[in-house]
Amino acid sequence: MAYSDKIRTMYQDQLKAIQDAGIFKMERFIHSPQAAEIDVEFPAGASLKKVINMCANNYLGLSSHPEVVKAAHQGLDSRGYGMSSVRFICGTQDIHRELEDRLTQFLGTEATILFPSCMDANAGVFEAILTKDDVMISDRLVHASLIDGIRLCSAMHDTFKHSEMAHLESKLQLHADKRLKLVITDGVFSMDGDTAKLDEMVALCEKYEALLLVDDSHSSGFIGKTGRGTHEKCGVMGKVDIITTTFGKALGGASGGCVSGRKELVEMCRQRARPYLFSNTIAPVVVAGVLKVLDILSMTTERRDKLEKNAAYWRKGLTEAGFVLREGDTPIVPVMLFNAKLSQDFSRALYDEGVYAIGFFFPVVPQGQARIRTQISAAHEIHHLDKALEAFTKVGKKFKILGKTKQEIIDLYGM
Amino acid sequence: MEDPKDVVLKYVSAEYLEEGSDPITYDTPLISGGIVDSFSMVSLKRFLENKYKISIPDGDATPEAFDSVNKIVTLVKRFVK
Repeated sequence: MAYSDKIRTMYQDQLKAIQDAGIFKMERFIHSPQAAEIDVEFPAGASLKKVINMCANNYLGLSSHPEVVKAAHQGLDSRGYGMSSVRFICGTQDIHRELEDRLTQFLGTEATILFPSCMDANAGVFEAILTKDDVMISDRLVHASLIDGIRLCSAMHDTFKHSEMAHLESKLQLHADKRLKLVITDGVFSMDGDTAKLDEMVALCEKYEALLLVDDSHSSGFIGKTGRGTHEKCGVMGKVDIITTTFGKALGGASGGCVSGRKELVEMCRQRARPYLFSNTIAPVVVAGVLKVLDILSMTTERRDKLEKNAAYWRKGLTEAGFVLREGDTPIVPVMLFNAKLSQDFSRALYDEGVYAIGFFFPVVPQGQARIRTQISAAHEIHHLDKALEAFTKVGKKFKILGKTKQEIIDLYGM
Repeated sequence: MEDPKDVVLKYVSAEYLEEGSDPITYDTPLISGGIVDSFSMVSLKRFLENKYKISIPDGDATPEAFDSVNKIVTLVKRFVK
């Protein structure tokens, strides 16, 4: 047997070390649809507890919207459960084409191709359009899925300091001799909640003839006046060459993603991107749900408007309570704790107070930057936010971090 | 002419150190110390090639050869005519 006792013991020791460090991740079991309040079993076997969810990517509160659920049922009835095929063989239905066209309109691009997830879109796009004669220049805080896709690509890779445009410009100059230069960024950064300076990046890319790719997974549906994304907010619609985004967050929360942008680049993905060629097509039920989400978003901006107000209210409340936050104006509001174990303990204490929020620590965020990443939803009402603020304040007092600076928290708990 | 050690130290500090980080020395482990990751070696290699008008074969641009300012300068001197 290849999996010997010796190998088993080796892994058991590694897992024990994670537990001993107080940073062992444990799942919590949710017995209800995703919503502002959910019923949770935690730890396993415990009786259900109703808690306020402060950590879902359900930004627009559409994950369990009755119209989305109804449309998904209709999709099941009219187009079946699964296609048992990748797209190019026999996995493309008329509704896949319809969704691609609707996304192209929504995002203001030339063409769109669906992927089973944005993780897959990011894994596939770079290798499909670049060669070893090219260079990818990414922001140092891009999402893990972009890093994975970059690693799969034969083009050279370089990085620039987070959101520092002068440093990006120096890299564009350094790599001037490359056939193609592709600048890569998140639209809204998933861990810090800050927004890329897309207007400045577009200007630099135009100056140095570079392409620009933005992963707008934490923006699509609610950033910008009509929720088109970071490019709308920064006034550069039509100027971003490739947008990747997910349907697993604001756009319904189920699964699926896409690459949207210049027609030829999208077509290269259709011809060459490995996740497109080798992974199952998005199920009809999901396509139908996302189509309904786009219908809802195209009719009114009330959800993204409410989300914006909720986020401002939440941020103000946490600031007044004395927490150290990351600066920003998006619904991602990181409460900085710096110490990994503290973030786990804080999360458990919040749960005891009826609030569900998870501690993030290395390798999800850099060492010494542990946090509770809170995320606001249009499904939150003010009474949810008030109750959550009360819980955060109580737990903050318990751990003696309110009103303390970063250095003071580190002095108390270490990094 | 500026000492290559100081040139490389200045470049590495500006390129890779965040504000408030401890300063590095000529012997600070860069790759093994987590200051420079393997992706970031690319721009360092390009900087050296442009600065000193040399070409460093990919096989010589190893994490070991880039692991400190002193080691980098040793590598550069091998290729400077």
